[in-house]
Amino acid sequence: MAALSEEQSMIRDQAKSWASEQAPVQKFREMRDSGIEQRFTATTWAEMIEMGWTGILVPEEYGGSELGYLTFGVVLEELGRQLTASPLFASALVGASAIILAGNEEQKQSLLPKVVDGSELLTLALDEGNHHQPALTALRAEKNPSGFTLNGSKTFVLEGMAATTLIVAARTSGKAGDSEGISLFLVAADAAGVARSSMQTVDSRGYAKVEFNNVEVASDGLLGSLDQGFDVLESILDRARAGLGAEMMGTAAQAFDMTLDYLKTREQFGSVIGSFQALGHRAAVLFSSMELSRSCMEAALQAIDNGDDDIAEATSLSKAKMGAFLHEMSNQLIQIHGGIGMTDEFDAGLYLKRARVLESAYGNQAYHRNRYATLLGF
Amino acid sequence: MSESMQPDQFRTSVREWVEGNFPSSLSSYVPSMEDDNDGSLPDLELWRQRLADKGWGAPTWPTEYGGAGLSHPEAKVVGQEINRVGGFNPIPALAGMGVTMVGPTIMEYGTDDQKARHLPSIASGAVRWCLGLSEPNAGSDLASLNTKAEDKGDHFILNGQKVWTSGAHISQWCGALVRTDPDKKKRDGISFVMLPMNREGVETRPIKLISGASPFCETYFNNARADKADLLGPLNQGWSVVKRLLQHERQSQTSASSGGTKRESLQDLAKRYVETNADGSIADADLRSRIILHLMDDQAHKLTVGRITAEARGNVEVSAAASILKNSATNVSQARSELSLELMGSQGIGWEGDDFNEQELNTVREWLWGKAISIYGGSFEVQNNIISKNILGLPETTQKG
Ligand SMILES: Cc1cc2nc3c(=O)[nH]c(=O)nc-3n(C[C@H](O)[C@H](O)[C@H](O)COP(=O)(O)OP(=O)(O)OC[C@H]3O[C@@H](n4cnc5c(N)ncnc54)[C@H](O)[C@@H]3O)c2cc1C
Repeated sequence: MAALSEEQSMIRDQAKSWASEQAPVQKFREMRDSGIEQRFTATTWAEMIEMGWTGILVPEEYGGSELGYLTFGVVLEELGRQLTASPLFASALVGASAIILAGNEEQKQSLLPKVVDGSELLTLALDEGNHHQPALTALRAEKNPSGFTLNGSKTFVLEGMAATTLIVAARTSGKAGDSEGISLFLVAADAAGVARSSMQTVDSRGYAKVEFNNVEVASDGLLGSLDQGFDVLESILDRARAGLGAEMMGTAAQAFDMTLDYLKTREQFGSVIGSFQALGHRAAVLFSSMELSRSCMEAALQAIDNGDDDIAEATSLSKAKMGAFLHEMSNQLIQIHGGIGMTDEFDAGLYLKRARVLESAYGNQAYHRNRYATLLGF
Repeated sequence: MSESMQPDQFRTSVREWVEGNFPSSLSSYVPSMEDDNDGSLPDLELWRQRLADKGWGAPTWPTEYGGAGLSHPEAKVVGQEINRVGGFNPIPALAGMGVTMVGPTIMEYGTDDQKARHLPSIASGAVRWCLGLSEPNAGSDLASLNTKAEDKGDHFILNGQKVWTSGAHISQWCGALVRTDPDKKKRDGISFVMLPMNREGVETRPIKLISGASPFCETYFNNARADKADLLGPLNQGWSVVKRLLQHERQSQTSASSGGTKRESLQDLAKRYVETNADGSIADADLRSRIILHLMDDQAHKLTVGRITAEARGNVEVSAAASILKNSATNVSQARSELSLELMGSQGIGWEGDDFNEQELNTVREWLWGKAISIYGGSFEVQNNIISKNILGLPETTQKG
């Protein structure tokens, strides 16, 4: 754990006890089994807003506390432990980052206070295909006399059913594959021509497919500069990746704790199974790997807070290392629990399912290893 | 027939028969272990019956027990010819644990009466068997099992709980490992009994898996009767019987490799799901090299199966090498699932609904289900214990008693 400030430690303790008491994995399971379309419970979300988590990144002048990304990570890690489902990440991290990084004063004033009080729920609508590849953006935005007309579709839009405003990456010039010619737009989720449908994913979280059919966006809906949205999009994505790393750490750390507990309590051959060296060593390797991954995860969040110039390297390192650790940890969670691990009644499966989704979001391990290689000049 | 025919003549005759008898309506059907022949597919029943009449459900078994008395190479030809027309042999799945495990063990340990009563209905796929071995506190350490069988003269009375019993809720018979002498050392007081699942006092409760289905159960014995005539092997010698049975299980799993005929190859999946260069190669160098590592592992596994079979001169014998093969088959099939998900990307994280096609959804379910392969039939770790002890002669540290 990074050397946390007093305030950060307080927030962590608060998040830990709130998540384990008010929003434990049992709540997530109940939500899953209820099949509600929104995929999070309103009271859970209301309590998060109440605790001020939606304002962690938002400057004080817009109603937030501006405590930064490491602090946000501390909260996400605790939520990741319990698989707590909420739009906190989509709206208050990704959405707020987009407005803070790319928005003009008017956009900040109109949106950020509402992100903080929860009356606006933002989400980024980016991916169009089955692999994360921002430059492949093809959804078209054509200029018209009063603004733009959007046509195309987005998939795997996080909390897309609950969102009130979509931050849409669109192509204003060039062709799919070019980084030039991408622009960001703010589109009301209930605008005419926007059609949303929920997707049923293995992790039971809220994702939507969103179709844009001649959707009219006024010129003040352009977020950032025309055609030059790619760089700021990457900056937004790096914040998303770093934040997701913290959630992944929580999910993996909980999987580790469950496994360690089982190693100490399950008996076979007259001894606890943790006394078999094959398993003891495996736990030792997993623990070491968790420590190494944590360093990368925290370094990425700190690089963002410090405004370092190697944020891209740091986030790719974090996402790749966290992906690898969570992948292995989620497999070992099942393996070391034996038959119990395979049952739906036990929680291991929920962690395994969530693990693969987190691993693939915003670029999987391979994506970030390739990106890291490119950034290092290989 | 097999002695009088040349190999290619044999193949031709098999081909003709398969072409004339496999119902084409089944060619798009994907068989699974959970298939319950409930009569909803008349052609499946017809095909089962035709295969059973030929003895090709369990083709290497003697004809008197419902097999066809074929050699292993001949049986392989039958399998290949059935695959060639997009067909499958439904009998091993319909018989549950019958063809792969219980049958071969009865062949070895059973009385003539037991062989005559049980083997033909297994070979024809008419009777499904489950295996009640594991208990809540006896998994890898199977010998610590607690289910009691009291001797009542011509029968035993069973009391206890089994768990993870695959197919128990749809099986007609069960092979159960029970404690017949609580005073002897753990492994010396165990017997293997067989009993029908519709006996009074037998109850099953399906358990839902992470992949969604409920193919296994908790099985309870509450004063359930098992006839002495269905004790397999001598009293209190059940441990030897089950050791043999588990070798057959491993054996049956060693070939459970990546390449089912109905599965799309990773090369084809890659063409459809990831970006490729102009020359057709996968653009993502990292993914490409991991796919190749996997395909090399797959090939090494297949070659090793071939080599061990050849060294046994076509006489596929269960051996300690089965542990090596079980673990390598597991690695290959689990890696294949992970790579398939990765290739599909966000199309590979669907659970249900129209946003994902059937193949995508099946790939996810199969990935989840596949996590069990390194757990059942002796876990990955238990296989390694067997290799280090039985093949390498290293001292045993955990499996005492
Ligand atoms: C899908 C599925 C189907 C099954 N079908 C059947 C069936 O039909 N009939 C039946 O009787 N059983 C069945 N089983 C049960 C299966 O055989 C057991 O799950 C298996 O033996 C492991 O036992 P366990 O689950 O109690 O795990 P445990 O034995 O408690 O093992 C927990 C972990 O400890 C490890 N471990 C245990 N001992 C050692 C050791 N000495 N050294 C190193 N590591 C060790 C294991 O490998 C595992 O990772 C099935 C299981 C599954 C998942």
